[in-house]
Amino acid sequence: MKKLSARRRHPLAAVVVLLLALAATGGLYAAFAPADKAQADDTAQSLAIQEGMKLYTVGCASCHGTGGQGTSDGPSLIGVGSAAVDFQVGTGRMPAQQPGPQVPKKKVIYSQSEIDQLAAYVASLGAGPITPTEKQYSPKGADIAKGGDLFRTNCAQCHNFTGEGGALTDGKYAPNLEDVDPKHVYEAMQTGPQNMPSFPDSTLPEQQKRDIIAYIHTVNSDEAASPGGLKLGGFGPVSEGLFGWVFGLGALIAVAVWVAAHTAKAKKS
Amino acid sequence: MSTTSETNRKAPAGERVADWADGRLGIYSLAKANMRKIFPDHWSFMLGEIALYSFIIIILTGVYLTLFFHPSMNEVVYEGTYVPMQGIRMSEAYASTLDISFDVRGGLLIRQIHHWAALIFIAAMLVHMMRVFFTGAFRKPREINWLFGFLLLVLGMFTGFTGYSLPDDLLSGTGVRFMEGAILSMPIVGTYMSFFLFGGEFPGGDFVSRFYSIHVLLLPGIMMGLLVAHLILVFYHKHTQFAGPGRTNNNVVGMPLLPVYMAKAGGFFFLVFGIISIISAVASINPIWALGPYRPDQVSTGAQPDWYMGFSEGLIRAMPGWEINFAGHTLALGVFIPLMIFPMILAVIAVYPFVESWITGDKREHHILDRPRNVPTRTGFGVAWLTWYVILLIAGGNDLVAIFFHMSINSITWFARIAFFVGPVLAFIITKRICLGLQRRDRDKILHGRESGIIKRLPHGEFVEIHEPLSQEELYTLTAHEQYKPAEIGPTVDENGVRRKVKLKDKLRAKLSKGYYGPDTYIPKPSVEEFKEITGGHGHH
Repeated sequence: MKKLSARRRHPLAAVVVLLLALAATGGLYAAFAPADKAQADDTAQSLAIQEGMKLYTVGCASCHGTGGQGTSDGPSLIGVGSAAVDFQVGTGRMPAQQPGPQVPKKKVIYSQSEIDQLAAYVASLGAGPITPTEKQYSPKGADIAKGGDLFRTNCAQCHNFTGEGGALTDGKYAPNLEDVDPKHVYEAMQTGPQNMPSFPDSTLPEQQKRDIIAYIHTVNSDEAASPGGLKLGGFGPVSEGLFGWVFGLGALIAVAVWVAAHTAKAKKS
Repeated sequence: MSTTSETNRKAPAGERVADWADGRLGIYSLAKANMRKIFPDHWSFMLGEIALYSFIIIILTGVYLTLFFHPSMNEVVYEGTYVPMQGIRMSEAYASTLDISFDVRGGLLIRQIHHWAALIFIAAMLVHMMRVFFTGAFRKPREINWLFGFLLLVLGMFTGFTGYSLPDDLLSGTGVRFMEGAILSMPIVGTYMSFFLFGGEFPGGDFVSRFYSIHVLLLPGIMMGLLVAHLILVFYHKHTQFAGPGRTNNNVVGMPLLPVYMAKAGGFFFLVFGIISIISAVASINPIWALGPYRPDQVSTGAQPDWYMGFSEGLIRAMPGWEINFAGHTLALGVFIPLMIFPMILAVIAVYPFVESWITGDKREHHILDRPRNVPTRTGFGVAWLTWYVILLIAGGNDLVAIFFHMSINSITWFARIAFFVGPVLAFIITKRICLGLQRRDRDKILHGRESGIIKRLPHGEFVEIHEPLSQEELYTLTAHEQYKPAEIGPTVDENGVRRKVKLKDKLRAKLSKGYYGPDTYIPKPSVEEFKEITGGHGHH
């Protein structure tokens, strides 16, 4: 203590006290500050949310409200989850171009990382379905036949037998499922976008979703085989009837005209 | 000497066979009467042939399909080669159709030929029927043959319906369900008839085998008989022909059956078979493997019948879903009314020949065809009927129209509802006016000749187009038709000045007849005097 009191008047004493005081307050702050903000592994997530919020303010807030609470022009996004954002923005449906019976698929304008940031922001507003991982939606090893049966039970009444799409009331429609990314098919089932009902895991477990995705891929994609020849849109008797009349009967009448025009002419030899 | 050598002469083998057959069948007199039968030449006379040949193709391919098809609704688990159906429970009918498509050699092609030929068969019958209608070929003595043809069309529709229902796939099962609904909508008898047809509650385990008998035996048998009768009557009545120089109501100008028409018709059969085969090889039809087996708890959008049943689908889709409660019973008018209109639409065209001959009072024989323009009322009626039919087809495919043209399905349905009533009337008025316009053009051509496109300048500076006069043949063809006078009631007072009683029926008929043949339904043909006055004078106009 003698030493301490002896140097009490030392010219650098004030500096030392100041340093000690700073170290103490700093240490105390570090000890008592909110833990999550200080954890290093969450920084990326918080950054994504921040970036997502910025993107949201520019691209989405005009219809969905500044805090995702919804307005008269767009529904609330609280609780829709990251899967819904990944589907809507990832297929180009959102941001919507204009109001209408249904928002159509168009060119995707955000990069996948931007979509992830937007999804992180919307997911932070309230718990909802999470963007699936590849293991969840990959059609590899799924049961195609079972998927077909499930598809005909749950999906065909709007999307047609092989997912060619169909009309709903007042200009709404179920889109063609040809070559839709398996992830987006999964997310659509999970979240029920626009006029589609949702099929959560409690109704349609993950394995069944994968079966359905495998079935769609088998019957309606680039690699789908059409053993009978031209598919004629896959819409059944209406397109077949049109084809039969135009090309079938049309060709036969043309041939009839040709045959009638070439006859044994007695007059001219 | 000569007689002995003739009796000793050994006739060639062919002649001996023919002699043998003639002694037992009398083929010489038959052949003599028919081999030189004359047929006139016009492409539209071959539409019926398209129908006939596609019918033959359907029978040939159908026989092949029966060798592999199992008309049974027993449940089996599919173990064939089509992966997306492996392990699925289905009826034997559906499984055997999958086998025909994937495991029977040539099965898929034959199936597709059978189905495409069916679509073309009924389309050809309808077009043939319209040819007969618009040219007035149904008039005496051919009314019965018109009815035979009409019955063939209706039976063809139902043969097609029972045929595409056989594979027991999800699409056709939905169609059978539709039919069951229509039967159930009939008051009192509906439920009994449904139970009778399906052997109990729908779908039961019977309808495929029942439809099979109807499809391969009953209906084609009747159709075969009607077809033979139809052709015998064509031979008996002789073929109609268009007006032209040398062609009268009492002759037929054309080529003999043998050799010309045998060669042409035989060749045409192979052309028809060839075109149908090409289409079947190129384009898929009714891909039942993509549809899945029928289960009453499943349904798909875009569930339409084949085109010839499309107008019934249209009736149902356009009809509002009315349902009333009558004396404690539910009446599904939304289904029952369309079910009643369905036969009406067909009947309207079937009875037309009789209505026309009653209205016009024309009971003479006709072997010279009308040009549609010269009978505007009939032509207008025919186009109105077709418009009606097409509107119902559009209503039947309203969902696909909505998708392709990015429209609301509700607007299309409303369009169909309004057009169902307005469309035929508009079509009638417009067609009649077009016919009159064409008649005016004919009159103009007769009197002033054909426009040559050559412009001549006269000495005083006037420009005129040179018109070429028509040849004598063309003039005859354009003026050969008769212009009828409406049937009159006759004087309303008898010779003593007493008022005659005129029946209401006769009054109505006179009114209709006036509408049919009255002054605003034709442009008078130029008379000989008019023709001479105009063509005899100065050369141009």
